[in-house]
Amino acid sequence: MIDKELIENAISEALKTGGDFAEIFVEDKRSSSAYFDDGKVEELTSGRDRGAGIRVVVGETTGFAHTADLSPQGLLDAARSAAAAARSNGGAGSVNELVASSAPSPNPVLVLPETVEKIKKVELLKRADEVARSQSESITQVSARYGDSRRRILVANSEGVYASDDQVRTLFSVACVATGDAGMQTGRESTGRPIGFELFDEYDVEELAETAAQRALTKLNARPAPSGAMPVVIGCGGGGVLFHEACGHGLEADLVKKQASVFAERTGEQVASELVTLIDDGTMAKEWGAFAIDDEGHPAQKNTLIQDGILMDYMWDGLRSRSQGRKSSGNGRRQSYMVLPMVRMTNTYIANGKTDPADIIADTKQGVYVAHLGGGQVNTATGDFVFGMTEAYLIEDGKVTAPIREGNLIGNGPEVLNQIDALGNDFAMGSPGTCGKDGQGVPVGDGTPTLRVQSLTVGGTAA
Amino acid sequence: MEEKLLAIADEVIALSASKEQIEVIAVHDQETDIRVYKGELESFTASESQGVGIRVVQDGRQGMAYAGSLDMEILKETLSEARDNATFGTFDEMLQIAEPDDVEPISLDLYNPALKEFATEDKIALARELEEYIMKSDERIVGVESSEYVDSISASAIVTSSGIRRSSYDGGCYIAGSSLASDGKDMQTGFGYSVGRDPAKLEIEKAGSLASERATRMLGAQKASSGRKTVVLDPYVTAQFLGIIGSTFSGESLLKGRSLFADRENEKIAAGILTLIDDPTDPDAFTATEVDGEGLASRRNVLIEQGVLNTFLHNSYTARSMGTQSTGSAVRSYNSSPGVGARALSLVPGTKSQQELIGGIDDGILIQGVSGLHSGVNPVSGDFSAGAEGLLIKKGQLSEPVREITIASTLQRMLLEVQDIGNDLERLPMRASGVSLVVADVTVSGV
Repeated sequence: MIDKELIENAISEALKTGGDFAEIFVEDKRSSSAYFDDGKVEELTSGRDRGAGIRVVVGETTGFAHTADLSPQGLLDAARSAAAAARSNGGAGSVNELVASSAPSPNPVLVLPETVEKIKKVELLKRADEVARSQSESITQVSARYGDSRRRILVANSEGVYASDDQVRTLFSVACVATGDAGMQTGRESTGRPIGFELFDEYDVEELAETAAQRALTKLNARPAPSGAMPVVIGCGGGGVLFHEACGHGLEADLVKKQASVFAERTGEQVASELVTLIDDGTMAKEWGAFAIDDEGHPAQKNTLIQDGILMDYMWDGLRSRSQGRKSSGNGRRQSYMVLPMVRMTNTYIANGKTDPADIIADTKQGVYVAHLGGGQVNTATGDFVFGMTEAYLIEDGKVTAPIREGNLIGNGPEVLNQIDALGNDFAMGSPGTCGKDGQGVPVGDGTPTLRVQSLTVGGTAA
Repeated sequence: MEEKLLAIADEVIALSASKEQIEVIAVHDQETDIRVYKGELESFTASESQGVGIRVVQDGRQGMAYAGSLDMEILKETLSEARDNATFGTFDEMLQIAEPDDVEPISLDLYNPALKEFATEDKIALARELEEYIMKSDERIVGVESSEYVDSISASAIVTSSGIRRSSYDGGCYIAGSSLASDGKDMQTGFGYSVGRDPAKLEIEKAGSLASERATRMLGAQKASSGRKTVVLDPYVTAQFLGIIGSTFSGESLLKGRSLFADRENEKIAAGILTLIDDPTDPDAFTATEVDGEGLASRRNVLIEQGVLNTFLHNSYTARSMGTQSTGSAVRSYNSSPGVGARALSLVPGTKSQQELIGGIDDGILIQGVSGLHSGVNPVSGDFSAGAEGLLIKKGQLSEPVREITIASTLQRMLLEVQDIGNDLERLPMRASGVSLVVADVTVSGV
């Protein structure tokens, strides 16, 4: 994207006044999306964002500047701004020779979306609309979105890192509104992979549309969700977000370092039921949160965070690991060249268990079965988290019965981890997600087998 | 900067062909983000970003393209990409770029030169002083997770082939801190902020004491018992709910049959004491701007007047489709086409302080924070359920703290069950202002 000599010059310039570390992150992102709503192709959008972010670290201080001007002048100006922002004030810092490194891509991209005719993308949307509407006359609204992006990045730093990645992602989602006597209900389903247009050889948009429509239709007859603490069974693939919120964020080293995590200073301790093995894996082929290198140039890794209930390690980025004299775990990510990287998850999942999922349900007298969870949120310092149920049913006498309306589940991370008393043998990854932290969104994946939490608070309206 | 952006937009518009309508939005933002940790400058981000969005409508089909650049060569490519995209749109005779209307923008003076004149060292000092204030405010404060100063200056220009040519320039700043409190057993967090347009007027004491109090008063919190209760929403919580209620007034939802309040114009949908206004011409609102996302003048819209649904919000497309006028409610960034939304919501405040409101409640909960609202509200059905924390209210007094509870109801019922509104209007760095709100008959789930 930019020649090596210019990159070297920019790093030297950034360290001229005495920084300890300097990094340049160059990004060239093209994206396209198409939106279908209310029976119409509303709009196709194409976008391009290109620029570089430069950071300089001096002691505990990070200075950061970015520019959309990739000329020598633009980059050197940004380097000087970053150095000034870091308050560096001394002799020139040292720069190691840049050594090009590469990491294997978690998956090949067969069909670059930019080479696909736009009309084919539009046809997918129309098909999804037709199929969703054909499910029932009660389906009154359908919208569908297609999106693809190609993000090429180059990262180089004063420690000699010089790495690049070409990240392609393709996403498709369908949302339906069903109208019945008691009002309107919504249903949504999506699929996304870090691959090209071949996604649609693997996934039928018809199937997605059907799932979204059925989800909305099911809820037309749903009862209000119960309220209060009760056993909750979470279906395979539908509930990885539980762990993303309940403990994933609390295991991010930046929060741990500030003691803003209930899991700080607890490595080696039993923090979860022995059934729980939690893994964050950026190398997982074709999963939404996968990549070859993170946004600091480190290769993606598979990291075991909790093994049989024991906390093994946190997730690390370059800044936090450097201060601990250890290596990054490949979790340094950023939304774009315009922001600083942070510790972020990739694909976070609970490893498979041994129990037949049917037995888990049969063994639950009263409670809630959640087939699909929506987004969530956590306060890492207290461990309190919430997440929304987008498809859920009552469990009565060991059987999944009536659908229930939307509501939140609320719990406390450390408590919930200890209350997992059954783990199925039906592991599956869930829908593609976007994790938000400090205003930055990055693509993440999650997964889980069917599991049961002894007690979670269900926030419905039924008494 | 406004002149430069207008000139760039003009240059793109000059390329429009006959029978083709073009709208160009060009923006330039400058932002400073300073974070302090344990007395040291943790990070300093000085950012400058720009972008141009081009929307083309030809024969009732629209296409959109954007670039994070002001470079004319790149913008020419962007224009041809937008034209190409338009050929795939479905024909809709209502699709047009906005036409100038007869409402003139009100000059709001949303940029205070003090923002640029304020020295960098003084900005760092603000973040440092806030951290120190929180640390020293209470012996149970064991840490400050973040203390930051943020300011931004935004310039934007919108020019259309239909004759709209407007620009805006505004700036704002805030300080925000989040605290960690502990009593040796329990850990709690709290945050506080102060927003404005002049850094010298930001209030460290207000932000710091809020952050400290919100954390320390929650120490030792337990779950509450389940049941139907009267709740008092803290201003910040009310603002979050207003944001969601505002979205149900979008002409887009109405047009597509997704609004909770379709066909309810002039009907009573809320308690008689409730008047909800969306007023981006109120210079005290953090999100005030002189023009909307299509370049039409901002205007004051009364959504609910004394409990009665008065108007929905429209951009030019939804207005045209429904045979009415735009309410100046186009919302967008440069990388999207204009949507419809509330821009500066506020309830008309009542006469009582929060303390007086609490004084009138025998058995209830003061809700100081909610979580999971983005996943827990269905704006189509109106059902909502949110995680919540706060303090019990017993016989008119604040009592012990409660956490890990949920509150649930429907937006429709919540509006009708509003019992009282406080006088404590609070400006926030979001599209709604807050005020204390008393709502009856909310389902609380705990143990």
